[in-house]
Amino acid sequence: MKLLRKLAWIILLTVAALSAMASVLSTSGYATQFREETSAAPSRQHWLGTDELGRDRFARLLYGTRISLGLAPVAALLATALAAAIGGGAGYLGGRWQRGMTVMIDLFLCLPWLFLLVIARAMLPLNVSPMVSVLVTFGLLGALGWAGPARVVAASVAALRDSECVLQARAVGTTEWRILLRHIFPRLLPILSAQFLILVPVFVLSEANLGMLGLGVAEPLPSWGSLLREMESLYGLTSAPWRLVPLGLLMLVVNSLQLVMGDEETSA
Amino acid sequence: MKAFRTLGLVLLAAVMTLTAMAQSAGELRFCLRSEPRTFDPLLVSDEASDTVRYLTGGVLVRINRQTQTLEPELASSWKVSKDSRSISFALRDRIFYSDGSPFTADDVAATVKRMMAPETHSPMADAFGAGGEKTDIKVLSPTRVTITFAAPIAGLDRLFDEVAIVSSRSPRKEMAALGPYYVADHKAGSYVYLRRNPNYWKKDSSGQAMPYIEAIRLDIQANRDIELLRMQRGEIHLINSLDAEYFDRLKSINPSLVYDAGPSLDSEQMWFNQVPNAPVAAYKLKWFRSSNFRHAVSMAINRADLARIVFGSHAQPAIGPVSPANKFWFNRKLRPTQYDTGVALRQLQQDGFRLNGGVLRDREGHAVEFSVITNAGNKYRERMATMIQQDLGKIGIRLNIVTLDFPSLIERIAEKFNYEAALLGTVNAGLDPNEQMNMWLSSGENHQWNPRQKSPETTWEAEIDRAMKAQSQLSNPMKRKVYFDRVQEIVVREAPFIYLVNRNALSAISTSIRGAAPVAMRPQAYWNIERMSLTDGKKVH
Repeated sequence: MKLLRKLAWIILLTVAALSAMASVLSTSGYATQFREETSAAPSRQHWLGTDELGRDRFARLLYGTRISLGLAPVAALLATALAAAIGGGAGYLGGRWQRGMTVMIDLFLCLPWLFLLVIARAMLPLNVSPMVSVLVTFGLLGALGWAGPARVVAASVAALRDSECVLQARAVGTTEWRILLRHIFPRLLPILSAQFLILVPVFVLSEANLGMLGLGVAEPLPSWGSLLREMESLYGLTSAPWRLVPLGLLMLVVNSLQLVMGDEETSA
Repeated sequence: MKAFRTLGLVLLAAVMTLTAMAQSAGELRFCLRSEPRTFDPLLVSDEASDTVRYLTGGVLVRINRQTQTLEPELASSWKVSKDSRSISFALRDRIFYSDGSPFTADDVAATVKRMMAPETHSPMADAFGAGGEKTDIKVLSPTRVTITFAAPIAGLDRLFDEVAIVSSRSPRKEMAALGPYYVADHKAGSYVYLRRNPNYWKKDSSGQAMPYIEAIRLDIQANRDIELLRMQRGEIHLINSLDAEYFDRLKSINPSLVYDAGPSLDSEQMWFNQVPNAPVAAYKLKWFRSSNFRHAVSMAINRADLARIVFGSHAQPAIGPVSPANKFWFNRKLRPTQYDTGVALRQLQQDGFRLNGGVLRDREGHAVEFSVITNAGNKYRERMATMIQQDLGKIGIRLNIVTLDFPSLIERIAEKFNYEAALLGTVNAGLDPNEQMNMWLSSGENHQWNPRQKSPETTWEAEIDRAMKAQSQLSNPMKRKVYFDRVQEIVVREAPFIYLVNRNALSAISTSIRGAAPVAMRPQAYWNIERMSLTDGKKVH
């Protein structure tokens, strides 16, 4: 198991390094359309062939990985921070606050998030650059993904609030802010980091889902979601099996993340 | 165990024999992509219901989908009055519905009366104009009827192509059919089963009763991949409308299955929001309202590449608002917009635009950047938008592509006008320009670039209004065409719609079908269903 985790780390670091060096490794830009070479098979010039518009699939995979893998943790961080603030506040204040917050969290969890994302996306300004659209997509994922972790955080903070160390701190006159910062937050960190690690693959897959619906990252920027759209039909895959590479990479990365996450959770 | 295996084999053989028998008895199979919303021919508004109506409905006159001319059906002759308000039909004698009830002029009167009644909410009534209650129907004899509408209607006789005559006497009402087939069975979400109408009136030149095929099974199947797979396996006989991608795949497997009937009547187009009070920056609105700007954008788009790459050469660069597939109404004097970024830039310079460091700026220094919205999930439109993005990049225009779910998209383009440019398509079922009145009149709801104008805001829109109204008041098609040709010229010159491509009419037809002759007009593959037949054989192809 330890070996597997090491392997997972190696895979993650390699993928991250490759995507970071996208501009060096790829022979062309991710948006350049080679209109005379559309849907081409792998060649020396295009290692993974070209897509329907003649864009280099390898370049798009590297840049797409950079976007999906780089921004999913940012979105996860945002969701975790919101969960810490909302869940932590509810758990620490207790009583009516906690009950009210629990109802709100339950309500939020009941909402069909995919539709919520579609609606939120439709309400946003139209004239934004592709890069801003990426940030908006992941920002939305982060802003809407806090409810699950918030419930865990609220329960943990409620338990910590009545713990002996907090009682002792209160007895010696420590301020509430100091209790929160010095006694509760450090004990909450392992829970928050576990929640963060759970959210990263969830958001990677969520963006892929949105991309499959054509509602993810705007063209011409690539993301795993937009790359996976190439696999919508069975026929394309049988005639051009190299199209499976993004899916393979996605599975490899998500599994590696889960393995690493398992490691972190155990150590927490 | 052995007994079970034997039983299994016997059952399998029985199923295979029954299947083979069913096909050799003449059962045509193809797929509907959704559940028909209605079997009432007067309430049809979706494609699946339209298919059932075409196969079961008896009409007075029919547009021949191949020649695009009007031919007699239940009416042996007809005459439109000079003022284009009245039409008189002489009906064929001794015609019976599928349930045996007789067809007379009373049925025509009852059908038209019900269609025009406001409480029916028939989608077809709009084409016949407002004032349904003022429609005067005179039954002169069991075989003669005259219908007078409240106002003149250009191309009046052609509109009856879609009016399936419903029985006024039959207890089965709209389920009693005058067309080649009748609905024999329907299992919601699964299939619609049509049987040959034993009382169908048509006979071929050798005196044989038509249609030749005994039954049609319409399987409800929304998934295109499964439809294609079933076609490959020989489980269905035809696919009426194929995507370019599926067409090529099927062609690579069996080239004899696919038919490309050339450009269809449908078009893909892009337009700019020109609504004066739209929530769009004033300087952008100024660009969008400039015909030089629109024309330059049009010239910077490589339509040949769109047709070749996005549609795999199964589309033609669009010339104007009417597809060349519309044999009579297409203006043959129009020439395709030439792809020329140099000329496009020169045209932009006339409006004070300057290209500096790869960025196009207007007179006031604003970088030219706008968004185009299209419906999410339509890969052809998304690909077209991506290619246009690169094309416009060459003249320094930055295009942002936004894909939206369809309800949000419609809300933006039809209600809030909160968009800059849109890329969508037009599906043209009919040929007559009158069917597009709502799109061309400046007061129209579908005058997409600036709808519901109280009075035309530009001189060219005023000219279009005049020409459209003038042609609608004439009965002579040649005189009408002069006006509509002018409309087409103005639209191409002013580019309120930037027409991109006309998709080809693609279909797949099993080699076991005889008499199929796919055309550009809907329904492309089975328009001559009564003349189609199935060859004997266990496999479909």
